[in-house]
Amino acid sequence: MEQIRAAILGSGNIGTDLMYKLKRSHSLRPTIMAGIIPESEGLARARQQGLAITTDGIEGLLNKKDSFELVFDATTASAHKQHAPMLRAAEKIAIDLTPAAVGPYVVPLVNLEEHVGEPNVNLVSCGGQATVPLVSAMRSASPVEYAEIVATIASKSAGPGTRQNIDEFTDTTARGLERIGGASKGKAIIVLNPAEPPILMRNTIYGIVEESDPEELRKSIEEMVGRIQEYVPGYRLRAKPLIEDFPGRQQKKVTLYVEVEGAGDYLPQYAGNLDIMTSAAVKVGEEIGKHLRAGTWEKDRSEARL
Amino acid sequence: MSEQISVHILDSTLRDGSHALSHQFTAEQVARVARGLDQAGIEMIEVSHGDGLGGSTVTYGFSKQSELELLEAASSVIERGKLAVLLLPGIGTKDDLKMARDLGAKVAQIATHVTEADVAQQHIELAKSMGMEVIGMLMLSHMGSPEKIAEQGKLMERYGADVVLVTDSAGALLPPTVRERVRALRDAIQIGVGFHGHNNLSMAVANSIIAIEEGARWLDACTCGLGAGSGNTPTEVLVAVLDKLGYSSGIDLWKIMDVAEDIVRPIMQKPVRIGKASLTMGYAGVYSSFLLHADKAAEQFGVDPRDVLVEVGKRGAVGGQEDILVEIAMTLAQKNAEVEASPSRRLA
Repeated sequence: MEQIRAAILGSGNIGTDLMYKLKRSHSLRPTIMAGIIPESEGLARARQQGLAITTDGIEGLLNKKDSFELVFDATTASAHKQHAPMLRAAEKIAIDLTPAAVGPYVVPLVNLEEHVGEPNVNLVSCGGQATVPLVSAMRSASPVEYAEIVATIASKSAGPGTRQNIDEFTDTTARGLERIGGASKGKAIIVLNPAEPPILMRNTIYGIVEESDPEELRKSIEEMVGRIQEYVPGYRLRAKPLIEDFPGRQQKKVTLYVEVEGAGDYLPQYAGNLDIMTSAAVKVGEEIGKHLRAGTWEKDRSEARL
Repeated sequence: MSEQISVHILDSTLRDGSHALSHQFTAEQVARVARGLDQAGIEMIEVSHGDGLGGSTVTYGFSKQSELELLEAASSVIERGKLAVLLLPGIGTKDDLKMARDLGAKVAQIATHVTEADVAQQHIELAKSMGMEVIGMLMLSHMGSPEKIAEQGKLMERYGADVVLVTDSAGALLPPTVRERVRALRDAIQIGVGFHGHNNLSMAVANSIIAIEEGARWLDACTCGLGAGSGNTPTEVLVAVLDKLGYSSGIDLWKIMDVAEDIVRPIMQKPVRIGKASLTMGYAGVYSSFLLHADKAAEQFGVDPRDVLVEVGKRGAVGGQEDILVEIAMTLAQKNAEVEASPSRRLA
């Protein structure tokens, strides 16, 4: 199979973890990593792994624009806002792991096909990647009036960017539950837990759904968990789905407890919240790759619509 | 005689107190209580969901009436005092804070776990930029050393907070541990220092006085000792004790007793008391807001709430993790069933 060549922009923890995952991909091949800190460990590891490297950030990357088709941006929201128009001008597809959200939100298995042709896609948030597919699974069995999630992550896995703008997580994730998960209303909560040893990422997902067959709901949810596990092996339900009558109304309350253990490629295993972002990014890249090979990713479609 | 020391009291009957009513205050009740508190001379009157603005959820329990209606009700009757709100970053957002400000809130309590003050930067800065007074709260203070509290308090000071509270969310602190934490905080920051107590070990009033001796000038309290777990420091008792010790709170003792007895007590669904579950929380250092959720989950799955709380403690759960209580109760019930069914148990 012809491999699609990928560039990694950002040589921090996320970019480095992403590199190891891309190395394992059958359909993508990482060719170059761009950073701005010459002594960064990520760049050293990239060189070891046979990638080209540049320490001139986006400029360095665009000087070698014949060596890749896709760009994974693992820098910061403000940096990505500068990168996005430059990548677009160079006709490179950007998969944005930052909260910049220049392009539409995508969650693999749920809505990527709606955004074929977009020059830039965004990965929502770790909480979104961990919970939106299951809300969508509920939605395919029954209308979801309300979805609420609580994401609890190890304090050590929350970087300064997340901490300085924690509202970005709650707002973005809630919109993801609505627009992609299909809930009429969404609410997201994040809790940082400093316990040692660090806890694995856990997510509790509540869905208030219309009266429906519990077996069908359960089946739809468990099937989705199986499909997520194909690209996030450490993703699992901690208990069977709890489906109860919602007091006073002809509705059901669905409760799901999800745990995400990271693969430990570069990031520590407890940081399932970061692992699910790099895993989802690779999955999105692979799906885009399929389209590129088949010639069905029309780069200019979104512009043509204007 | 030397000048009397003034203590600033924030009454949280209509915020922390709402835990004890599972967040079922009506706007009419809020207006009555707020008017009474205001007339008794309470400086800051706090109104929010127990878990802060935006806390009305499946996880923490839905409020009976929207925050907007409750804040409007309080705002319309407060004449002398200041309307206060609570926000926990990660649960509520800047939009919630703006809404509260627009409805007349003048004081914002911004609370984080004792080690995570940096998640509050954007909310503290926003509140200050809107002209609000900001009180930072370091929750579950018993889980942080005095050095940690000093370090985190400094962060809140840097973001612009006016006051930082040692917040004993589990009611687990005792006079010596209150003393060392308040002292460390007072030595570390130039801004005001205060204390928020819970009564799980029956220490709330005594701990508040210890805090004052160490330089705290801001205290949180609730009439009738309403609040999460075994409740907060009872406002009317605190006012009486402060008065006897010669501190000034600006609150009329008879009037605050009347508010507690005549307005708040009739609204209460059951007395706040030190029961075995809430005592276990103080003893084991578990977040007081978990109490009713743990009771409910334990009942649903037929297990002992104390076992649920001990497991919560083992997992190092912090404020906001109410979601794990049902899972723990469910898992305990399964384990119990397995033990019942195992042959070794039958032989024994």
